[in-house]
Amino acid sequence: MAAAAGALRRLVRCGPQQGLGRRLQLRSGIHGSAPAAVQVTVRDALNQALDEELERDERVFLLGEEVAQYDGAYKISRGLWKKYGDKRIIDTPISEMGFTGIAVGAAMAGLRPICEFMTFNFSMQAIDQVINSAGKTLYMSAGMVPVPVVFRGPNGASAGVGAQHSQCFAAWYGHCPGLKVVSPWSSEDAKGLLKASVRDDNPVVMLENELMYGVPFEMSEEVQSKDFLVPIGKAKIERQGTHVTLVSHSRSVGHCLEAAAVLVKEGVECEVINLRTIRPMDVESIEASVVKTNHLITVEGGWPQFGVGAEICARIMEGPAFNYLDAPAVRLTGADVPMPYAKILEENCLPQVKDIIFAVKKVLNI
Amino acid sequence: VVSRVVVASRNYADFASEATFDIKKCDLHRLEEGPPVTAVLTREEGLHYYRTMQTIRRMELKSDQLYKQKIIRGFCHLYDGQEACCVGLEAAINPTDHLITAYRAHGYAYTRGTAVREILAELTGRKGGCAKGKGGSMHMYAHNFYGGNGIVGAQVPLGAGIALACKYFGKDEICLTLYGDGAANQGQIFETYNMAALWKLPCIFICENNRYGMGTSVERAAASTDYYKRGDYIPGIRVDGMDILCVREATKFAAEHCRSGKGPMLMELQTYRYHGHSMSDPGISYRTREEIQEVRSKSDPITLLKDRMVNNSLSSVEELKEIDVEVRKEIEEAAQFATTDPEPPLEELGNHIYKNEPPFEVRGPSQWIKYKSVG
Repeated sequence: MAAAAGALRRLVRCGPQQGLGRRLQLRSGIHGSAPAAVQVTVRDALNQALDEELERDERVFLLGEEVAQYDGAYKISRGLWKKYGDKRIIDTPISEMGFTGIAVGAAMAGLRPICEFMTFNFSMQAIDQVINSAGKTLYMSAGMVPVPVVFRGPNGASAGVGAQHSQCFAAWYGHCPGLKVVSPWSSEDAKGLLKASVRDDNPVVMLENELMYGVPFEMSEEVQSKDFLVPIGKAKIERQGTHVTLVSHSRSVGHCLEAAAVLVKEGVECEVINLRTIRPMDVESIEASVVKTNHLITVEGGWPQFGVGAEICARIMEGPAFNYLDAPAVRLTGADVPMPYAKILEENCLPQVKDIIFAVKKVLNI
Repeated sequence: VVSRVVVASRNYADFASEATFDIKKCDLHRLEEGPPVTAVLTREEGLHYYRTMQTIRRMELKSDQLYKQKIIRGFCHLYDGQEACCVGLEAAINPTDHLITAYRAHGYAYTRGTAVREILAELTGRKGGCAKGKGGSMHMYAHNFYGGNGIVGAQVPLGAGIALACKYFGKDEICLTLYGDGAANQGQIFETYNMAALWKLPCIFICENNRYGMGTSVERAAASTDYYKRGDYIPGIRVDGMDILCVREATKFAAEHCRSGKGPMLMELQTYRYHGHSMSDPGISYRTREEIQEVRSKSDPITLLKDRMVNNSLSSVEELKEIDVEVRKEIEEAAQFATTDPEPPLEELGNHIYKNEPPFEVRGPSQWIKYKSVG
């Protein structure tokens, strides 16, 4: 039975563009059960994506601190060095500026490197290579020198790691033309965006989140496919709603959904948008939602000034959705301080579910 | 006209086909043996090197002129005096090898295959420039030539990355990674030395030591001015960068070392720039006119080659003068193009943000100004 079902699955597999519904339709004729979704942590989803892309394209390789023999500081690259060896999985010394430049140069010369920052805080040491060497070269060379490199690693706050290890770089990298910047929340996001980033011919900054690595999500069969990609530049509506639009990225998406679950009991239906990509930002999806709900709240972990939320508010003001706002747009962000260590202080430096609920009620005047 | 032809054919019959020259022995670091102390120069090679160096010399002087006329804007770092470096390096490697340098890059853009007219038109910011006018002086690229880089020292890790790709692809190619005496004190260069040596990358690190990092002499910038030793565990050679044969033989030596899988090598080329750091720097506040004049009269790379060739019957003063005339003409025509070609169309502003992306819109100075972007 399973073999027959498997054969039929292979027969009808048509790639990510094909809707799941069609396959369901065809298969239910054989055994009539739901497709085999599984629970996969973000960590494992990233690991799968790395494995699949390394296998698919000889030019792809991974470099960074502890990525090989240690299996990755956060075990994202577990098992890969054993499978692919020294040539494809490279442990670097603690030399961010140096190895980031090496990754960028390798990309210029035709390879497709994945450059891991143990956290994005350390990318600041190498930021010149990311922005000036990777981000701008295609433009300066009038298209002659593409730079197909992926910079990835955990971004933003973790748990009790202190000020120097908690900064969010979404606004910093999102500011720069020439780069693409993605920020996954779920396992589906993580897998699909990493694969899409590796296959993209441009420098992509992928901002993961350490606290999400261990979180399991359901991954449908379609998502489990080796060809599943999440398109860069397209947001996802995680929850449909009519009263207020909550726009977020990364870990905050989960908090928005939690807030929505509480608010629904009071009759408030929140639409939750998962940005998935910071740059190029899918403003159209936000606008369409605001036209529907008339209220906008942005939620992020980064600092307020010159942040992702600030950009969204500015863009909404410039576009057709402004006339549909019944109240000023609201931003929820990290507190405007370096991240403190003590748990009670740290907790209060990030937007919590209660803050989102409070903001929704404020904006809806209830 | 008839007599000229007769004279020419008589001259060609009188020329030697090649000559052997003694060249300065290189100082060595962590090496038992160095490059050879003699070099063979064929007539053909000599004429080619002469023409190439003269072309670069006149191209840079033309750039000086155009800059003073305000037809070239922004930064302009000229290479005159250092011609033996770029021409000597190119003579020792293959077009399939790779090269990257910093911002004093016009000479390399030329030796790596960019036409003079495209270099000058890039300086004047025209659509016929090698980067369509979008890069400028510091951002010229060609096949296997990765610029042209504006941030001091940043090109060095990039070069090691290119060398990594060479090793990865296994095609026996190497990467020449250049930087100046000023950049030699950058931390990222030492990070790169470490990784290049650790992973045995086929990279020749080349320090073009022209004695001054902008207005700071090497003695005032470096605790050790033995740049060829600064790679510590990386073997190094110090080369007379004003002698093209020295540069060529040393590079051949270093290239062979890298290609054989032994790892990186470091070359210090002792050279000199006649101009200041850039066109904004007169170049005489931190060095004397006498010093500049002395180098010109005793060590000019083009004069050195010319004297060698004439004194050894590889060419004649007349023949080389003819080349000078041809070169001048070529530069004039290129300058003519560079000053008459139109600027890039405004639409170009939004292009080349992303590669292989469906066309999208790029924001201008206001929300109402949009540019289409194609890769």
